[in-house]
Amino acid sequence: MTAQVADASAVPEEVARAGDDGPAPVRVVVAYGFWIFLLSDIIMFAALFATYAVLNGQTAGGPSARHLFDIRNVAIETLCLLFSSYTCGLGSLFIARRRLRPFYVLFGMTFVLGAIFLGLEIHEFSGMVASGAGPSRSAFLSSFFALVGLHGTHVTIGLLWLLFNVAQVAAKGPRPFVLRRLHCFGLFWHALDIIWVAVMSLVYLMGVRA
Amino acid sequence: MGEQKKTDHRAPGDAEGEGSILTYTAGLGFALALTAASFIVSQSHLLWAPGLAVGLAVLAIAQMGVHLVFFLNIGSGPDNTNTVLALAFGILIVTLVVSGSLWIMANLNGNMMPGAVMQEMQK
Repeated sequence: MTAQVADASAVPEEVARAGDDGPAPVRVVVAYGFWIFLLSDIIMFAALFATYAVLNGQTAGGPSARHLFDIRNVAIETLCLLFSSYTCGLGSLFIARRRLRPFYVLFGMTFVLGAIFLGLEIHEFSGMVASGAGPSRSAFLSSFFALVGLHGTHVTIGLLWLLFNVAQVAAKGPRPFVLRRLHCFGLFWHALDIIWVAVMSLVYLMGVRA
Repeated sequence: MGEQKKTDHRAPGDAEGEGSILTYTAGLGFALALTAASFIVSQSHLLWAPGLAVGLAVLAIAQMGVHLVFFLNIGSGPDNTNTVLALAFGILIVTLVVSGSLWIMANLNGNMMPGAVMQEMQK
């Protein structure tokens, strides 16, 4: 019995507070709140998806989806995001076991893959704008740039957040609050990948065949 | 000592137990297969052309499910109830927004005067 009590005092404050009746541990509350934020973010994307679906055919005599989208570019972007989601997941497994070196390597890969994705998207956008197919050309292009551009903005913010988080791990070590932030970042990054799946199939793959 | 209650004590995204490399790798495999299927279906004539949109939507929804279960670790266990309920509400709103917008706009389009008649009236 005394051994058990000694054990209990050794567990971190967060776990100790997870009693049967007491409040949920901080990391559960934080992650749940972030989950609610992600769902509201997805609802915002749903509104933009609906806008895109409605304005899809309104090209105002300008270029349509079939002429603009490059399917190989989309395939590479998709693979980048998918593998970055994978490396992010693996990295979070290692940091949970306090293994810093594989964590740094995997999150470094996540960053590089995300940056490649972003580079490809910026290249695509600038090519479209240069060829006169900018967001002001038609309702179709306005809704396209709003939807895909918002996803790209999220990826940009995610990359900055990733750098910030990794710097915190380096500076402060894997403390509970750092791990909570990393957990939220993981949720954010996986959610972005889910939104990309919808963009890829509903915007690009349907677009090239429409 | 009673059996330890686990309700509510699992954060969204927490794996059951420790989570494993195998879960993520299996998820990656499924996601890759579904992505490949989407690309093949859209680039070939495997699917009846008018049904292509539905086929792609089904593959996309399947892949989102794979991501939720294998990457975000959203399961159906009792300790996941809050997470799943919030997700269900989110899906409800998303469905309402998307299908409602499409329905209303299609209806408005259907009720629009044909272009020729409109031009005739403007004379």
